[in-house]
Amino acid sequence: MTAVACEPRPHGCRDVPVLKERGQHEVFCGLTGIIWLHRKMQDAFFLVVGSRTCAHLLQSAAGVMIFAEPRFATAILEETDLAGLADAQTELDRVVGELLERRPDIRQLFLVGSCPSEVIKLDLQRAAERLSDLYAPNVRILNFSGSGIETTFTQGEDACLASMVSVLPETRTRNLLLVGALPDVVEEQAVSLLSALGIGPIRVLPASRTTFESGVGENTLFALTQPFLGDTHAALERRKARHIPAPFPFGEEGTTAWLRAIADAFDIDDETFERVTRAPRTRACKAVAQAAEVLRNKSIFFFPDSQLEIPLARFVTRECGMRVAEVGTPFLHKGVVGPDMALIEGCPVFSEGQDVDRQLDRCRAARPDLVVCGLGLANPLEAEGFTTKWAIELVFTPIHFYEQAGDLAGLFSRPLRRFQSLNLMAAE
Amino acid sequence: MKLTVWTYEGPPHVGAMRVATGMTDLHYVLHAPQGDTYADLLFTMIERRDRRPPVTFTTFQARDLGSDTANLFKTACRDAYDRFRPQALIVGASCTAELIQDDPGGIAETMGLPVPVIPLELPSYQRKENFGADETFYQIVRTLARPVRKTPHVTVNLLGPTALGFRHRDDILEVTALLADLGVGVNVVAPMTASPADIARLGAAHFNVVLYPETAESAARWMEREFQMPYTKVVPIGVGATHDFVKEVVTLTGGKPSLDVSRLHLPWYSRSVDSNYLTGKRVFVFGDGTHAMAAARIARDEMGFDVVGLGCYNRERARAVRSMARDLGCDVLITDDYLEVERSIESLAPELILGTQMERHIGKRLGIPCAVISAPVHVQDFPARYSPQMGIEGANVIFDTWVHPLVMGLEEHLLTMFREDFEFCDEAGPSHHGVVSASRRESCAEPGVESMRPSTIEIVWRPAAEKELRKIPFFVRGKARRNTEIFAGERGLSEIDIDTLYEAKAHYAR
Ligand code: SF4
Repeated sequence: MTAVACEPRPHGCRDVPVLKERGQHEVFCGLTGIIWLHRKMQDAFFLVVGSRTCAHLLQSAAGVMIFAEPRFATAILEETDLAGLADAQTELDRVVGELLERRPDIRQLFLVGSCPSEVIKLDLQRAAERLSDLYAPNVRILNFSGSGIETTFTQGEDACLASMVSVLPETRTRNLLLVGALPDVVEEQAVSLLSALGIGPIRVLPASRTTFESGVGENTLFALTQPFLGDTHAALERRKARHIPAPFPFGEEGTTAWLRAIADAFDIDDETFERVTRAPRTRACKAVAQAAEVLRNKSIFFFPDSQLEIPLARFVTRECGMRVAEVGTPFLHKGVVGPDMALIEGCPVFSEGQDVDRQLDRCRAARPDLVVCGLGLANPLEAEGFTTKWAIELVFTPIHFYEQAGDLAGLFSRPLRRFQSLNLMAAE
Repeated sequence: MKLTVWTYEGPPHVGAMRVATGMTDLHYVLHAPQGDTYADLLFTMIERRDRRPPVTFTTFQARDLGSDTANLFKTACRDAYDRFRPQALIVGASCTAELIQDDPGGIAETMGLPVPVIPLELPSYQRKENFGADETFYQIVRTLARPVRKTPHVTVNLLGPTALGFRHRDDILEVTALLADLGVGVNVVAPMTASPADIARLGAAHFNVVLYPETAESAARWMEREFQMPYTKVVPIGVGATHDFVKEVVTLTGGKPSLDVSRLHLPWYSRSVDSNYLTGKRVFVFGDGTHAMAAARIARDEMGFDVVGLGCYNRERARAVRSMARDLGCDVLITDDYLEVERSIESLAPELILGTQMERHIGKRLGIPCAVISAPVHVQDFPARYSPQMGIEGANVIFDTWVHPLVMGLEEHLLTMFREDFEFCDEAGPSHHGVVSASRRESCAEPGVESMRPSTIEIVWRPAAEKELRKIPFFVRGKARRNTEIFAGERGLSEIDIDTLYEAKAHYAR
């Protein structure tokens, strides 16, 4: 099929049974997505309607990223709102008014639901519609849920993008829509590769500004750049857009397969494909090979976090020569990650959901060389002698496409290299 | 509904987590949705704890609502007990669980667990983190502490240190050593380091030393009432307060005051001529009530600063902070609204901020140096080296920490003298901070597109005046700019030239 291949690869496994867990989860809620979404959408503001906990989560997850007044805030529900002394809808109008007056640069406002707002059944959809009437056409007001009772971590982005799909204008133009918030540098790489293949017009969701948004319709083809966009996928299909299923563009193989699927959908010939991709593929293979040196034959264990786990398991087994002990994911959406699952080497345990203490037991029994987990678990596991990689870094760092393939492998290899280079015991 | 950008305190259950995580052999079962588990990372990442906090979250989901969230809680409680075998359990609800009213306390009590179960009522929509810690510790003490025989030697309990506390780890060591010099032993340190069994024997101490009233006052009051144990009111932060603390302790022990000051450097460092440049520096102090008041006293009496503003974010300390501000004759600010603090700092234009991590960001944006004196904390507030705030070493640490963000005495004069020298550009900031501060200062000085503030000033600076302004050292330039603009505005001027600049300077001369 291809002239450039890093090395011959055996077949993966498919349709293995999935271990379903329903115990204590150790994951963020969907509000966390706001941290990267508000940077990506430069004319958007995210107003969480929630509690002090929600505000505290956002600031803890944002961590050191506090250097400017952010384009997000929390409308904290107070005793009076709960006791029905103040009408929550009226209060919301007041808060939104305050906010928009202070930020005249805002063009789209997201009202973001939280656990408390959902438990008290505060109707944010109604609020968004009412406020839209009030502030149109200057400001578009949408709502989605980032609550912990409905969403897990990256699902917040999914809910947000899905809410935007319904307001995209109708178009009959044949176009390609790339779906998923990516760092600008990565997004530009994708667009330029696809343009070089002769594919266009290309639009992205979310766009950096509402003015750059595209239309959608039956002639729209869309490709997901992130595996956690199940609802957005469904919303786009409701708008008659057609999905191009593919493995996700991580590593040389993933990127090639992803581009190939899109190229096929746009009838791009093999010769063009070969010409455009050859150089970056060769570069990617080389970069991965270098970084993957220390990864070969090492084992890895993924705790569920971002839903990137399955595509990444595919990458580390096929391109870095690792063995996967367990790959946990908060949700397993076969329609989205099926192509990646089919390629994974060596049939690991697939687990969906979580019972954190039992999963920790399994992890200890498996004694993997590297554990990919959330921030709450990383240091405690390090203290037990494991080497860990924070899952959140995989969400915040540019890891997609050819030019980042080496960096992606590097994210996994750095903790192992560090472990090998430190010689702390001798000093004691 | 209150619009909030950043919060100084987390919700009350985070306070309870700080108590539970500081203790040993205690487990907290918290009825909460999955996202609330973010709180674990405060401990494992910010404080670099090597163990998970002893907290089981029930992580109920939308589909559980109305059907079996109560059962979920029961199972979580049972599993947590079986797995961790704690000496006692605390149980409670986070903000969301408070709304579904499952009554975790009631459920846990009926389960017949073989250890004490302590229910917590922490009203999430009214109170905050410090209240949560104080209340949790109080409930634990109330349930577990028993009247016991006093220790033969004079001992005290050190009360208040928690996980994620600002320098609590090192304050414990410093105060323990200071008390040892007075012949006073430590019976129990709690909550941090204590197990439920240790809590049971709190009454063996002769009196209590309250290190952090924010988290231990209710428990200390209760023991005063129930066990007739007095507790100390002075918090030994700063030279003066440490002397006062020693006096307070000896009035309770009947011993002789003694304080080994051979390692104390603050007074001499403050007297030495290089510190002349500290005289009358205008400082703004903000933090939790206890740390803010301690800092204000040090600032005035031990550093020779001029305190222009004092405030705290925990309303529980509002009264004491207000009265101290009256004594100091400065502005007072009781608020947990970050934007209000920012506005206040902007209008007071201090030369140094003594605040929290939040004020550090304000300082960065406004180009004002800042030293951190209080929680909320950041990973930087857990240094590897020993750096207490209390006692003798605490005073030394404070001197260094506060002076560090400033330009050193002689350096300040040199900068003024050679400000035209391009290699000696004052934009570089204090020489001991390296080049990082240069770019940082640039980005701070001019608020970028991110700024929310609508620009109200339409006064134009003439190029010559602008150039003259650049000659003023950067650390007062912002203030000079604002003062000149206010001066011009008041006189209805639409342009500022060199004369306006110097007239304003004369007008504001102090
Ligand atoms: S889990 Fe719910 S209550 Fe907790 S931070 Fe997320 S949205 Fe807020």
